[in-house]
Amino acid sequence: MKLRLRIWRQSDAESKGKMVSYVIDGVSEDASFLEMLDVLNEELIADGEDPVAFDHDCREGICGACSLVIDGQPHGPQAATTTCQLHMRQYSDGDTIDIEPWRAGAFPVVKDLVVDRSAFDRIIQAGGYISAPTGTAPDAHAVPVPKADADAAFSAAACIGCGACVAACPNGSGMLFMAAKVAHLGLMPQGQPERHTRVLGMVAAHDEAGFGGCTNTGECSAACPKEIGLDVIGRLNKDFRKAAARAA
Amino acid sequence: MSTAEYYTGGEPIADTKAPAGPINERWQTRRFTGRLVNPANRRKLRVIVVGTGLAGASAAATLGELGYRVANYCFQDSPRRAHSIAAQGGINAAKNYRNDGDSVHRLFYDTVKGGDFRSRESNVHRLAEISTEIIDQCVAQGVPFAREYGGLLDNRSFGGAQVSRTFYARGQTGQQLLLGAYQALERQVAAGTVELHTRHEMLELIVTGGRARGIVVRDLVTGEVATEIADAVVLATGGYGNVFFLSTNAKGCNVTASWRAHRQGAYFANPCYTQIHPTCIPQSGDHQSKLTLMSESLRNDGRVWVPAERGDDREPGDIPESERDYYLERRYPAFGNLVPRDIASRAAKAVCDEGRGVGPGGLGVYLDFADAIDRLGKDAVEAKYGNLFQMYERITGENPYERPMRIYPAVHYTMGGLWVDYDLQSNIPGLFVTGEANFSDHGANRLGASALMQGLSDGYFVLPNTISDYLADGPFEAVDEDHESVAAALGAVNERIEFFLNNDGDRTVDSFHRELGRIMWEYCGMERTDEGLRKAIGLIRDLKAEFYKRVKVTGKAAELNQQLEKAGRVADFFELGELMCIDALHRTESCGGHFRAESQTEDGEAKRDDEHFSYVAAWEFAGSEPVLHKEHLEFEYVKPTQRSYK
Ligand SMILES: Cc1cc2nc3c(=O)[nH]c(=O)nc-3n(C[C@H](O)[C@H](O)[C@H](O)COP(=O)(O)OP(=O)(O)OC[C@H]3O[C@@H](n4cnc5c(N)ncnc54)[C@H](O)[C@@H]3O)c2cc1C
Ligand code: FES
Repeated sequence: MKLRLRIWRQSDAESKGKMVSYVIDGVSEDASFLEMLDVLNEELIADGEDPVAFDHDCREGICGACSLVIDGQPHGPQAATTTCQLHMRQYSDGDTIDIEPWRAGAFPVVKDLVVDRSAFDRIIQAGGYISAPTGTAPDAHAVPVPKADADAAFSAAACIGCGACVAACPNGSGMLFMAAKVAHLGLMPQGQPERHTRVLGMVAAHDEAGFGGCTNTGECSAACPKEIGLDVIGRLNKDFRKAAARAA
Repeated sequence: MSTAEYYTGGEPIADTKAPAGPINERWQTRRFTGRLVNPANRRKLRVIVVGTGLAGASAAATLGELGYRVANYCFQDSPRRAHSIAAQGGINAAKNYRNDGDSVHRLFYDTVKGGDFRSRESNVHRLAEISTEIIDQCVAQGVPFAREYGGLLDNRSFGGAQVSRTFYARGQTGQQLLLGAYQALERQVAAGTVELHTRHEMLELIVTGGRARGIVVRDLVTGEVATEIADAVVLATGGYGNVFFLSTNAKGCNVTASWRAHRQGAYFANPCYTQIHPTCIPQSGDHQSKLTLMSESLRNDGRVWVPAERGDDREPGDIPESERDYYLERRYPAFGNLVPRDIASRAAKAVCDEGRGVGPGGLGVYLDFADAIDRLGKDAVEAKYGNLFQMYERITGENPYERPMRIYPAVHYTMGGLWVDYDLQSNIPGLFVTGEANFSDHGANRLGASALMQGLSDGYFVLPNTISDYLADGPFEAVDEDHESVAAALGAVNERIEFFLNNDGDRTVDSFHRELGRIMWEYCGMERTDEGLRKAIGLIRDLKAEFYKRVKVTGKAAELNQQLEKAGRVADFFELGELMCIDALHRTESCGGHFRAESQTEDGEAKRDDEHFSYVAAWEFAGSEPVLHKEHLEFEYVKPTQRSYK
């Protein structure tokens, strides 16, 4: 198929970017979206032009590196699907596709479609862990975990840290990402001792990193390729209120 | 035929750190004889850890907890994106929670046998011992493993094991284990013991006064090239399967860190041992950029078959039972669909070579869940494999609940890597190597769910103990920027960058990488021959010469430049590919993942040659004619036998 691509080009963080149009022909419907961009880049290099920079690694939907806003939607049109897992059979000959980077105050553009998501790591540093130094662990069966809790914790822990939630949120909030971690650790018995300090620390780091506040629009969960539910945000708010009251 | 024209023979090499005595006491003995570093002195010691996968993040976090000053590097934008994140199936541990006869000794035995008697007994036993601690550690970190209704951990059997010793977190075990290690790492970053450098790539090792003392790194955002000096360097940089271009590895996986160390003197062991995974989604076209693994756990319930007759191109549903060949069940009645990976892969190749393959190009076999759905119900199958089925459908556009999956083998894991002793130290003092990057405990073939185990064993438990014996002699003399060795390393990196950017070429890096990959797959893939390997070496040398003449890299040095990153990696893959072929050529036996067509039994199984090849091949870099050092392997506890899964 033949497609028109309009891609955000920006040479570095300081420069001003703009949308640039390209035409690509002979795209196979079995190709993934990123493979289509690979083909475009091969053509650009052959013409002596700078190829389009984009983040990617596993191309299996698990590392969370890929991060494109496709026709206004983070990760494109297919539900529960990262950009790298999106395949060209979702498109038809003659389509025009807009491709932009994540846009959020806390995720500055580095180049073209690549953004800086290190703010997510800083949120984790502020409490997104259980303190269990190597060697101190009791036997794995010492503490049973009800299956329902373990399953719910897993569902929250399935977050891949891609940042689609932030890109989808009109406020650029990192709430869903943060709440998923708070829920994962808070559902496990091992996570209880730090439950309150964790949520306070993470929320402070979130706000400091320049993420916006959550106004419950739900766009985050709708865009999440791992379908993390809004319920985790309710949990975080409850934990936060309790923790703040205690700290007061 | 002599292969001597390709290499020279060197002195044998020995693992001088491996303790003697009963095998189950050796690890304890080594921990006792190794010197310790006083807690107050640890603050004065700096350790570089390159890599944030399971092997790197666990090591960096643990060294930080112990009080060392750690500098940790990865090329991704976050440590959590290391390739370990993609592991699906699970992690082994000899917990015997199932009371099904498992034990440390059985895991040890299975691993030595599974590795086709090409690994070290001492190392493997230690790995089996530590396996149980890993699960404890991960549970304490909050890793949400699958559990049973009673709240205890669930297990499954995996890839050829007859006991259920595999712990898992749905189909995302690697992700959950890595997030545990990543969180422990970020905790140390907050504590100030670990300095994290993301989007940085190590491009050279600095060896000063015979010791590994630092690395040269490029900041992938600004392009700045800088040095980092420390008392010891740990490489946890993963495997090199991407030398084949198409593999199940993430796109960024590369050999550069290991190869640069190799060029500085570190021996590269058993480079030809590659694991080809039997259950991957077949290639769909020339645009293909990677291959996707379908977890091996699928073979627990899926049945592998092809049409009995060649050229049968009916829809799978139209082929009656009697005209199907469930060839694994037929050839290996004891293990059936659960035979080890190397055997399953070769069997798939064999039926496709006979013209009985299915799908595009006849390069595929069916993995059928119809019986499992009948037996367990669709819901149960979905609960177990739902995410995998979904992934398959996204990629192929086919629904595996209704139509059998098509699968084909793909390069998956590399058992070879930098040579290390029992302490995980390479032959360069101060250079340690963990995880898939070392030549590891898996011999010539790795069992499923054992890489995660090894990465975490190395990183959480082995290295933090053994490295202290080396660091006890530190802190080492200060090394500054203008030291000869530092300037030379820095100069070499800048020179390579300049070369690529100024080369007046006309072919893209990827086009070379693809072509190299095709040569490797054709001649150094599932089946290798003397003739093919000689041919491959010639082809690789020619292609490499063309690469340096014609490669075209756009952009500048001082910017984010993904083509430049790739060019450096592919340049190193060329040299590695050649060494892999030389290693494969010299090893005229078949063992594990290394199948030499000339060395097979009457019924087509791999035939080892213990008399001549019971050794680790550790290669020293010496330009186009590497030097071979042999480390002899002793088997005191598991007597070498011909593997049989019949
Ligand atoms: C699809 C898939 C599924 C798998 N499933 C399983 C499974 O179920 N069970 C199992 O046991 N094993 C599995 N494996 C194997 C296992 O995942 C890997 O062997 C293991 O995770 C490797 O871990 P590592 O820490 O050694 O390396 P990696 O996780 O690959 O990490 C390498 C690190 O090194 C860094 N790095 C590399 N080069 C440089 C450089 N030059 N400069 C700076 N940083 C660098 C990277 O940024 C990264 O942080 C699977 C593998 C694949 C491909
Ligand atoms: S590239 Fe890893 S999730 Fe898309």
